[in-house]
Amino acid sequence: MKIPRFARPRLVLFALVPVLCMSVGLTYAARVKEFDRSGQLVVSEKSAAEQQPVYDIKNRAKEKTFAVPRPPFSEGVFPCSQCHTYLKPNPERRALTEYHTEIVLHHAEGQRWCTDCHNLMNRDKLRLVSGELLDFTESYRLCGQCHGDKFRDWKVGVHGKRTGFWNGDKQYLLCVHCHNPHDPKFKSLKPLPPPVRPGEARH
Amino acid sequence: MSEIIKNDYAHHSSRRKFLKTLAAGVGLIALPDKNASASLWEEFFQKHFRELSKEELKNVLTRLETKYGKQFSKQVTVKATPPIEGVRYGYALDLSRCIGCRRCVYACVKENNQSRDPQIHWIRVMQLNKEKGVDLSQAEHYYNPDKVPEKGHFYMPVQCQQCENPPCTKVCPVQATWKEKDGIVVVDYNWCIGCRYCMAACPYGARHFNWGKPGLPAAEMNPATHYLGNRPRPKGVVEKCTFCVQRTREQPGRYPACEEICPVGARKFGNLLDPESEIRYLIENKRVFILKEELNTQPKFFYFYAT
Repeated sequence: MKIPRFARPRLVLFALVPVLCMSVGLTYAARVKEFDRSGQLVVSEKSAAEQQPVYDIKNRAKEKTFAVPRPPFSEGVFPCSQCHTYLKPNPERRALTEYHTEIVLHHAEGQRWCTDCHNLMNRDKLRLVSGELLDFTESYRLCGQCHGDKFRDWKVGVHGKRTGFWNGDKQYLLCVHCHNPHDPKFKSLKPLPPPVRPGEARH
Repeated sequence: MSEIIKNDYAHHSSRRKFLKTLAAGVGLIALPDKNASASLWEEFFQKHFRELSKEELKNVLTRLETKYGKQFSKQVTVKATPPIEGVRYGYALDLSRCIGCRRCVYACVKENNQSRDPQIHWIRVMQLNKEKGVDLSQAEHYYNPDKVPEKGHFYMPVQCQQCENPPCTKVCPVQATWKEKDGIVVVDYNWCIGCRYCMAACPYGARHFNWGKPGLPAAEMNPATHYLGNRPRPKGVVEKCTFCVQRTREQPGRYPACEEICPVGARKFGNLLDPESEIRYLIENKRVFILKEELNTQPKFFYFYAT
């Protein structure tokens, strides 16, 4: 087929493009250019293996723990095993009618129910999606599964009430100290009085 | 002829004499008695805070402690803690969290000994419309609904922004207000003459004047005070937020009262020069803005959205 002269370079380019795209998947040792947190360009030599990080789930680093005050349990409810060792665990999804009736779930109740967060077999522990068991003092990891952005902010101190010393020890609160885990939406408050208008001030 | 002149002269002399004795008498009465004269004399002739030597400063603080102790019938401490080295304070407020409850306003009033009557609030909470955004001409600060937050509104508290380039310190005719090394703009209440030029210069309406004698009940008075911060003010001076200088300059430094009382954790405070502080993290990672940026005051009070 006779290819006009002006189209030849274009055709060559069109032929090469798929080849170039495929080669992106193959990684060789290369000089990698990255930006660090302060915006500086950092150039480093990385081997092929380093450029494609592999996440080793079994041997991952242990999560940092935070010292928090006692979880805000209701009166006499903890440890849960004081009742639940004698009760047969019932995994069926249902509305509770005999006990814990004051708990009304308004937190993804269409997708989950009690035993998605509370461990069915050992009620003194919470459970993560992976099956890992947590103490109630580590419940922030459970919330952090879905609310990762808030969890990241909380770890740095940007989310949530901050008490302590700005250049010393800071006090962390659990998520549940402010947010009721079963009904997390904050109730509205009555505001404190507005300032007096200049005309209304006594002279 | 000479007799007439003699008579006139005698008449003038006696009136003159009378006026002289009258002036002397009034002068004697006006002089304060021995006990009060020492402190009044010292207060009148007190030098500018930045010119005081260590000895003089100690005397000033003791004098003030006695004065306030008598005034409020309780043990009052007046400190003059200097700024901490290598610190520049920054404040951040999370607009996605503030619900406009005004607890910060009243915590500040309690901590900083503000006059209850006539009422002075160092923090002013603006109610803004979510659709109109940050448009200060549409702000409402006398809002008083039954419940906050009101639907469709967000809340923005405003207080002294502790500007890096403060217009208020430039216009003070007596240099009674200046920016300290840690960034806090302070007022020496004993030097302020009450002309209110600084109030005219401040674009944020953050300075407040004591039009009347401050009404501060002794029971509600916070006795831990700082000379440049929350000590009880006299009538006729300007006051404003000092980032709780009496708390933040301690070692270890406490948070300002407004930051601690906020029930939703909308307020963040820290050292801008510390790369690990939460204030640095959120300036680097969140959407941050400052008020009236076009005026180049370079405030250190940042508003941000955490979400």
